[in-house]
Amino acid sequence: MRYLSPAFRFVLLFTVLTGIIYPLAVTGLCQWWFPHQADGSLVRAKGRIVGSALLGQTFTGAAFFHPRPSAAGKGYDPMASGGSNLGPTNPMLLARVKAAVARFRRDNPAFRGPIPSDLLTASGSGLDPDISPASAYAQAPRVAKARGLSLILVRHLIGQTTQPRQLGFLGEPRVDVLRLNLALARLAPAGPATAPRSRPAM
Amino acid sequence: MTFNGVAQIVIFFLIVLALAKPVGIFLSRVFNGHRTFLHPPLRWLEALCYRLGGVDPEQEQRWTQYAISLLAFSAVSFLFVYAIQRLQGFLPLNPQHFGGKQVSPDLAFNTAISFVTNTNWQSYAGETTLSYFVQMAALTVQNFVSAAAGVAMSVALIRGFARRESKTIGNFWADLTRATVYVFLPLSLLGALFLCSQGVIQTLRPNLPVRTVQGATQVIPGGPVASQEAIKMAGTNGGGFFNANSAHPFENPTPLTDYVEMLFIFVIPAGLAYMFGREVGDTRQGWALFAAMSALFLAGAFFCYHFEQRGNPLLARMGIATQATAGQPGGNMEGKEVRFGITDSALFATVTTDASCGAVNSMHDSFTPLGGMVPLVNMLTGEVIFGGVGAGLKGMLLFAILAVFIAGLMVGRTPEYVGKKIEQKEVKLAMVALIAAAASILVFTALSSVLRFPAHGYWNPPGPTAANVANPGPHGFSEILYAYASTTGNNGSAFAGLNTNTPWYNLTLGLAMFIGRFIFLLPLLGIAGSLAAKKRLAVTSGTFPTHGPLFVSLLIGTVILVAALTFFPALSLGPIAEHYLLFSRHAMAAVKP
Repeated sequence: MRYLSPAFRFVLLFTVLTGIIYPLAVTGLCQWWFPHQADGSLVRAKGRIVGSALLGQTFTGAAFFHPRPSAAGKGYDPMASGGSNLGPTNPMLLARVKAAVARFRRDNPAFRGPIPSDLLTASGSGLDPDISPASAYAQAPRVAKARGLSLILVRHLIGQTTQPRQLGFLGEPRVDVLRLNLALARLAPAGPATAPRSRPAM
Repeated sequence: MTFNGVAQIVIFFLIVLALAKPVGIFLSRVFNGHRTFLHPPLRWLEALCYRLGGVDPEQEQRWTQYAISLLAFSAVSFLFVYAIQRLQGFLPLNPQHFGGKQVSPDLAFNTAISFVTNTNWQSYAGETTLSYFVQMAALTVQNFVSAAAGVAMSVALIRGFARRESKTIGNFWADLTRATVYVFLPLSLLGALFLCSQGVIQTLRPNLPVRTVQGATQVIPGGPVASQEAIKMAGTNGGGFFNANSAHPFENPTPLTDYVEMLFIFVIPAGLAYMFGREVGDTRQGWALFAAMSALFLAGAFFCYHFEQRGNPLLARMGIATQATAGQPGGNMEGKEVRFGITDSALFATVTTDASCGAVNSMHDSFTPLGGMVPLVNMLTGEVIFGGVGAGLKGMLLFAILAVFIAGLMVGRTPEYVGKKIEQKEVKLAMVALIAAAASILVFTALSSVLRFPAHGYWNPPGPTAANVANPGPHGFSEILYAYASTTGNNGSAFAGLNTNTPWYNLTLGLAMFIGRFIFLLPLLGIAGSLAAKKRLAVTSGTFPTHGPLFVSLLIGTVILVAALTFFPALSLGPIAEHYLLFSRHAMAAVKP
């Protein structure tokens, strides 16, 4: 009893302090100072919420830039975040990438050379909002053709959307796919038919 | 390796190096009850805790009393976390209406042990299992107090070395309170605000379904994430709010948050190493430990980085780039996020397992065999590299005791460490701790590799326990080994393909966490008590100096040797076999069209 009584009291005490007061205080401050971020960095287009700037979403069809394959649910499902967890020798991984490579080569006949390492591999979260700049440029000819835009313009748009390394040295340069596609839609709002030609990789 | 990649790792290390001393001094003042810059605003809160807790912070405890206080606190915490999870359907802040259906008794048992022992192994996916109330009042609380209890134990062990002819090693309740009030609360508050400013969510709204640009439905999750994320890193807990953990953009949105999260993992452990030197009256002793940790850390980080950047030869054959260029990261990007690339993913994997954190920003299961072996080996060596607040410094001191014991055997003298004679009792207790951890990992891994339960039965519905793996061949064995290494080491990261949400895995992994926390750490408190009672010996010409390069090398050698002798056979069945498989002609032929 000599030990159990303080044990009970301290558990209760810290539950109130760190489990209720602390998170509620943080919630209040964050909602006050950073309401946009605290709510999920929601993105609006044409007056409605179309997603979050931080979460990737599925894009199909030749006229949109495609994100990476996603292992989250049926693809970019935030209710099932996670990676494929396939090991490097797993035949399932090899078959998946092989199929994705074939599809990518078919859809992007203008692209030659090795495919950027991120474009056909699934991310850890399944919600990766970004692709590498090289992955965006690799898709540029296809998108330009489908939209009836000049390749130079599309490449320029990618350049504008590219975020450099943070503070000049942290992480990797990246292109937010949702932002790029929204910018594209503003540029060529009534683009030609965007009917999906192929399912996204994976 | 790229220039930028090397720079990111080196700069990270330099920041840790720069923080070790100021943080160490701060910790040392806090736990000695001296005034710090945080006392004016927070002294009242500390006093309030003692009053409401009904304890006298000045009352010193023997190691047995200290240990019983810890056990009592952990036991009550366990009951709380278990009960809150099972009752979540009747509790507030549950916008998704989760109930007991999501949390079976064996899962609740596993999660309760997991968070109470600072492991934060997760057999569940947070976003579809637990209410906001459970995440806050059960899990966030344990993120704080299991870390505070871990720091308390480290401090008690340091006192064992620092005190002379003393029967006591401090007061558990005072250490627990001070760690929470002066260290974790302020650090988490700052961290949470910073993380939120970068994009980590902090909201109590329910999940928000939206229509995407192409008209599909996507559910944008909500939750008090930033507040939990900050303490998850600072307390080296590692249990994610979401299933994807720190790979999830809502937990870790930018490269800067990633860097800060890694610093949060290392800052307190690095400070504790300095504090050790300061407390025993010779800061060189602390720097010696720091040097050994640094060498092992940098070796692991660059080893992992090298193999991840080299990439997967089987994918390279299909036309996937493995060379990094200005526009893409190259390497093995399966399971990694673009914003972190190869470097920050490899660095994070090393940091999170050097410390007993276990948060992940990439899926270790999809690492190359040798890249993925780095986190595995880090955990098998007992997470002694900076080590996290849960186990770190304590494990390194244990190896220091072994190192001086081995040195003593070689020259035929009674070993000493920082002025304390290391005798039979200390070495025996150290061996109990080491053997308990090794046995837990190896025995449970062996059992789970061969046991067969009836299919669709209670214990393991898939039938054979080896059938729960997601990857065939040696990689499947690595998944099982990683699971028990992670839980025994109170780490919590996973080769996440393994399905562990079955009664067999939930219970044995829970037991492994229990062994890793209590059977590993209680002997260390025993050592603390025994050492505190000893006299301090004067330094003579015959004393083996434990602050020079010779001792640092010996210490590193001991860590590697013990791990190698114990775990090399298991490693060669898993990652090493897979590495040769990956690069062998056989594997190449297997993927030929």
